[in-house]
Amino acid sequence: MNLTLKIWRQTDAVDKGKIHTYAISGISQDMSFLEMLDVLNEQLNEQGEEPVAFDSDCREGICGMCSLMINGEPHGPEVTTTCQLHMRSFNDGDTITIEPWRSGAFPVVKDLVVDRSAFDRIIQSGGYISANTGSAPEANSVPVPRDNAVRAFNVATCIGCGACVAACPNGSASLFLGAKITHLGELPQGQPERWSRVVDMTAQHDHEGFGGCTNIGECAAACPKEIPLDVISQLNKDLRTAMRHGH
Amino acid sequence: MTDMPDTTLTSDRSHDEPSPGQYDDAAGYYTLGEPIADTKAPAGDIADRWQTRKFEARLVNPANRRKLSIIIVGTGLAGGAAAATLGEAGYNVKSFCYQDSPRRAHSIAAQGGINAAKNYKEDGDSTHRLFYDTVKGGDYRSRESNVYRLAEVSTNIIDQCVAQGVPFAREYGGLLDNRSFGGVQVSRTFYARGQTGQQLLIGAYQAMERQVKLGTVTEYTRHEMLEVIVADGQARGIIARDMVTGEIETHLADVVVLASGGYGNVFYLSTNAMGSNVTAAWRAHRKGAYMANPCYTQIHPTCIPVSGDHQSKLTLMSESLRNDGRIWVPKKAEDCGKDPRDIPEEDRDYYLERIYPSFGNLVPRDIASRQAKNMCDEGRGVGPMVGDFRRGVYLDFKDAIARLGKDAIEEKYDNLLDMYERITGENPYEVPMRIYPAVHYVMGGLWVDYDLQSTIKGLFVTGEANFSDHGANRLGASALMQGLADGYFVLPHTIRDYLADGPFPEIGEDHPAVVEARADVEGRIEKFLSINGNRSVDSFHRELGHIMWEYCGMERTAEGLRKAIDMIRELKREFWSDLKVLGTADSLNQSLEKAGRVADFIELGELMCIDALNRRESCGGHFRGESQTEDGEALRHDDEFAYVAAWEWGGQDGTPILHKEELVYTAIEMKQRSYK
Ligand SMILES: Cc1cc2nc3c(=O)[nH]c(=O)nc-3n(C[C@H](O)[C@H](O)[C@H](O)COP(=O)(O)OP(=O)(O)OC[C@H]3O[C@@H](n4cnc5c(N)ncnc54)[C@H](O)[C@@H]3O)c2cc1C
Ligand code: SF4
Ligand code: FES
Repeated sequence: MNLTLKIWRQTDAVDKGKIHTYAISGISQDMSFLEMLDVLNEQLNEQGEEPVAFDSDCREGICGMCSLMINGEPHGPEVTTTCQLHMRSFNDGDTITIEPWRSGAFPVVKDLVVDRSAFDRIIQSGGYISANTGSAPEANSVPVPRDNAVRAFNVATCIGCGACVAACPNGSASLFLGAKITHLGELPQGQPERWSRVVDMTAQHDHEGFGGCTNIGECAAACPKEIPLDVISQLNKDLRTAMRHGH
Repeated sequence: MTDMPDTTLTSDRSHDEPSPGQYDDAAGYYTLGEPIADTKAPAGDIADRWQTRKFEARLVNPANRRKLSIIIVGTGLAGGAAAATLGEAGYNVKSFCYQDSPRRAHSIAAQGGINAAKNYKEDGDSTHRLFYDTVKGGDYRSRESNVYRLAEVSTNIIDQCVAQGVPFAREYGGLLDNRSFGGVQVSRTFYARGQTGQQLLIGAYQAMERQVKLGTVTEYTRHEMLEVIVADGQARGIIARDMVTGEIETHLADVVVLASGGYGNVFYLSTNAMGSNVTAAWRAHRKGAYMANPCYTQIHPTCIPVSGDHQSKLTLMSESLRNDGRIWVPKKAEDCGKDPRDIPEEDRDYYLERIYPSFGNLVPRDIASRQAKNMCDEGRGVGPMVGDFRRGVYLDFKDAIARLGKDAIEEKYDNLLDMYERITGENPYEVPMRIYPAVHYVMGGLWVDYDLQSTIKGLFVTGEANFSDHGANRLGASALMQGLADGYFVLPHTIRDYLADGPFPEIGEDHPAVVEARADVEGRIEKFLSINGNRSVDSFHRELGHIMWEYCGMERTAEGLRKAIDMIRELKREFWSDLKVLGTADSLNQSLEKAGRVADFIELGELMCIDALNRRESCGGHFRGESQTEDGEALRHDDEFAYVAAWEWGGQDGTPILHKEELVYTAIEMKQRSYK
């Protein structure tokens, strides 16, 4: 395949940045999207132009390191991560626009790389169950109904990639936040801190500059792990209950 | 499937096998040093050793802990769990990782599960049985006291993870579910669908983030450790590069822990993450930490084959697929390019079922991998031509679908089969899957004693980065167990004995050891950017990978290894004279990061070949062509090689120095395995 790539280049956080256009040829259908960018980078290196910086690590859809807005869609046209997107989703002659996540709370570091440390700080504010090492009771002493365990697992599969934020016109991280609230809130072990957790994490979310949720639903449509929208209802419900309890 | 029960135990040697002691294959490539021994494990009954050590390890008064600082490199299961636990204890912890968040460490990618001797199924499991299976699975090349301790603390891990909210699979009654894994006869594997590593890591990450909020742990993300500081005989800090600003930073502490993961990427293509590296361990090695059994590599039989030269990494398909899929290649080489559905039953060679009638498709990982390679070497591989060969074998679900129905297969393996289709574009319900072995895990790593301390005082090593528990082969679901055992339950006890002598005299940035380490790092970076040659870092990495895979992969021979060593030495010369790295040192520069990693992989690759050359026996994942039975099975030489090979850095132009740690088994008897 021959392709035209329009790629956002920005030298550092303060640079204004702009789109550069590159032509690339000899791309096979079996390559992953990131392997296609590897080929571009080899070519740039050869020509004496600095390679394009982009994030990836596991390249199997689980670490959440890869990102990229591809033709305006987070992780591109399929329901998967960028690293699992393959070139057979594109056609010979296509023009592909590649940009970093766009959100005030995820400042650009360089080219296609952004700073997502706000997610870590949201977790720090309460996204855990306090259980010091060695203090745990025997694992089977507290049974967990299977339905709760399954729901907890399903939402715990969030990979913290930030696509939900990039997709949201308000730049809200409600899907990410709701997934964590729901994961821990479904489990008996998560109950003691349930109400303080939702209040503290929501406050941190707002403090980081993520926007509010107005129920547009773009986040769930973009999420590579198909985290369902109902975690946001759960988030709101828990928040209301917490407020009533005076947290 | 790794640890299949032995049907016949035999220690027969075939007759024309040269008598041991006759060879010193690596003569000229190394120097023999003094033997080495673990001096920390208490003597006595194996079941009492850990309790004794915990009791004897000195305590640190809670009021003093805040004054003691610990650097932990790595936030995977081993590093994340340790940071959380030591933070909770009140020490002053600094945690480092190269990703943008601690949650992305490569532990996240583990699929299958984690072992623990809970015996919830009442099927006869026990600490002793898990210990036994692990030593045997490791082909009697691990240290028994360490393995016993691992089995002993395994049950605490599950308790801890459940308390943190790890959503393990459960039965309808709400209790934890188990599955069997790795072909052992008991069900002791805990799992969270196909994402066990992810869930365990998020548990450790959240516990660590809680400590960040409480101020006991400071996290440094997008930081790469490039040197260890050894001052007055003790590890006292690291030099790290802020990967965003390029700033070279000095971090000092009372003790340093490396939990930096495995080095499988020395093969370029592996199931490891793109950034997985040996730099942290290798820099420590060059400063005096011995590297143990570096050649012990685990090659996993069920991965998606390479599709072309552009390939950047390989993807594992859980080996549970071998429970229902049948593995075959065409009988005739001329059929290899055909649509497999057009090849009639009588022209298919179900080679594992043919060669190993009692274990069939369920033979251990190393055997399944080697036979797949043999079939492809014979010219009977399938899939696209890569170079001169087709590198793939079929894993066929046709019979299983006919027997159990498509729905049942879908329910069992849906995620995996979807992932396969996404990567290959082929529908495995209709066309047989293609699989091929890939590098997956390294048993080798930095040498540590029972306390997990390396040969550098004050440098502790945990998780995949150390060599300690898996001998020559690791059982499925045991790496996660080891990472968390080290991080939550072992290191926090052993490190306190060391810290009881602290805080150590303060050293400043002007200490000669600090100045030297910084200068080394800065010099290297400057060198990478100034060579101005013609070849990209990736091209060197790829070439190194080819050499390693060809000569230090599934089957190794003296001749091939010697050739590889020459090739690697030549590659090293070329690297340092023809490398091309663009960009600057003071910004995010991914080529520069890779250059440092590849430089270290090249040196490691040479040592791996020397280690493999020296070990003229076949054991676990290490198969020497010269050491096999008449039927082509692995042949160990306990009389000559029942030792850990701990290598000391011999200097830039010197040869490595071999220190042997003799392996003594008091609680288990050494046997040869057989799967026929
Ligand atoms: C695809 C796959 C599936 C697997 N499945 C299983 C399974 O089902 N069961 C099982 O038991 N095992 C499995 N394993 C093996 C297991 O996942 C690993 O052995 C284990 O997770 C390693 O953990 P770790 O904490 O030692 O290292 P890692 O999780 O690799 O963490 C390494 C850490 O070190 C940091 N680091 C490395 N170098 C530097 C540096 N120079 N500077 C700063 N930071 C650095 C990284 O940022 C990272 O935080 C699997 C492995 C793979 C690849
Ligand atoms: S909710 Fe989905 S899109 Fe958002 S961070 Fe998690 S996995 Fe990514
Ligand atoms: S690189 Fe890990 S999810 Fe894409």
